[in-house]
Amino acid sequence: MPHDHDHPHSHLPSDPALRVKALETLLTDKGLVDPAALDEIIDLYQNKIGPQNGAKVVAKMWADPEFHAVMLRDPMPVLRDMGLYGRQGEHMVFVENTEETHNMVVCTLCSCYPWPLLGIPPGWYKSDAYRARAVREPRKVLEEFGLTLPEGQRVRVWDSTAEVRYLVVPQRPAGTEGLSEAALAALITRDSMIGTALAKDAQT
Amino acid sequence: MSRIHDMGGRLGTGVVDPTDGYDFAEAKDWHKRALALNVACGFLGQWNIDASRHARELLRPEDYMRYSYYEKWMGGLADLMVARGVLTEAELASGQADGISPVAERAAKPGAVTEALMNGSPYTREAAAPQFAVGAKVQTRRPARNVKVPGGHTRLPDYASGAKGEVILQHGAHVFPDSNAHFQGEAAEPLYAVRFSAQDLWGAEADPRDEVVLDLWESYLEPAE
Repeated sequence: MPHDHDHPHSHLPSDPALRVKALETLLTDKGLVDPAALDEIIDLYQNKIGPQNGAKVVAKMWADPEFHAVMLRDPMPVLRDMGLYGRQGEHMVFVENTEETHNMVVCTLCSCYPWPLLGIPPGWYKSDAYRARAVREPRKVLEEFGLTLPEGQRVRVWDSTAEVRYLVVPQRPAGTEGLSEAALAALITRDSMIGTALAKDAQT
Repeated sequence: MSRIHDMGGRLGTGVVDPTDGYDFAEAKDWHKRALALNVACGFLGQWNIDASRHARELLRPEDYMRYSYYEKWMGGLADLMVARGVLTEAELASGQADGISPVAERAAKPGAVTEALMNGSPYTREAAAPQFAVGAKVQTRRPARNVKVPGGHTRLPDYASGAKGEVILQHGAHVFPDSNAHFQGEAAEPLYAVRFSAQDLWGAEADPRDEVVLDLWESYLEPAE
C-alpha cells in the first residue's frame, strides 16, 4: 500500500492531460498497457453501455408485472440473460419509488455507480457537493435539480458503501397505459434512475 | 476524524450543478484515457478494488480537494503502482521505462478486454451465516476506523458511526474492504443494508420522515435495543 508520506504521483507533469499522456506512454513502454485495449475500453463505455440499458429494464418492469416482481426479488440472473451484467454491476438492487417513498442514490465515500445499467457517472454525481449533501439535506439537493417532492413523501437515500449497486425505479407517469416498452423507455432518464428526477411525462 | 474522501454531511461544499452531467462520450479525451488506464491497469492483478480506492483516499487533503475527479484517479494509480513495485519513482520522474515489466503478460488485451469487463467481478463469497435478521436493531462502531490497520481503509462513513439503525436487507457475505485493501485477505463477512432515521444522523434539522440506508459489514455492527 502507499503510505501517508508517499506521493510519487507528484513526479508527473502538473497539467492533467499531460500527466495522463506521460503515464500512458511510460506504461506502454513497460508493456503494461496496450493503447488499443484502452481504445476498446473507451468504446465500450461511450458507445455500448449507458442509461439506455437501465431504461430498457425499467420500462419492462413497468409493462410486465411478472418481470417487475422478479427484478425486485432476484434481478441478477435476468440481467445476465439480458447481457446487462458486468464490472460495477455484479450485485444490483432495484428500489422502487412509491407515493410514500422517493429513493435517491449517492456514494459519499467515492463514486460507486451501476456501470452496466447507467454507464459512467455524470460529473455532478462525483462532485463534493452531491456526495456531501445528498445524505444530509436531500430535499435541498433535489430542489437544485428542480424537483420538489409532494407533501408527505419520505426520502430514502441509499449510500453505496459496498459493491451493491442501487437503481431507482421511478414511478410510471399517468397517461402512459397504451405505450410500448420502447416508448416508455424514452421517458426514463438517467437522473430518474439515480433519483434526482422523475420520469418524463408522456406528452413532453 | 476520518480522511478527506469521507464526504457525507460535510458542510460548505456549495450547490450541486445538474448541468455538469455530460455523457461519457462528450468527456474530454484525457478523462476517457484516465478512466481506461485505471480499468486496464486493474488487469495486471497487482491490487484489488479496495486497494485502489484506498490509494485515492491517501492523497493529501489539499490535493484531494484541488484535483478534479480523474486527477484523483491518476494520482492514486501512480502511487499504487510504485507501492506495489510495478513502477519505480525514478521511472515516474524520468518518464523512461527501465525495461519491460515482469507482469507485462497480464496486460489487458485488445479483443478480450470487453468480454472480461462484461464478465464482471463478483464480491460475494461463502462465509459464516448472518448474525442479524431483517428487522434487527443494530448500532455502528464508533469511531469509524479500521480496527486492524491504524488509519487504514474502512467503508463505515464517519457520519454513520455510533448510530442506531435497523437491518432491512441481507446481501450475503461480501469481501471485507478493511482487510482486502491492505492485502490481508478477503475475509468475507455478512453485509447488510441498514436504515437510519435522518434525524438520528443529523439532528432536528433533518426531516423526520427521511431515512438514509448504508451497506455495512457485520463487524461494523453490534446488537442494539
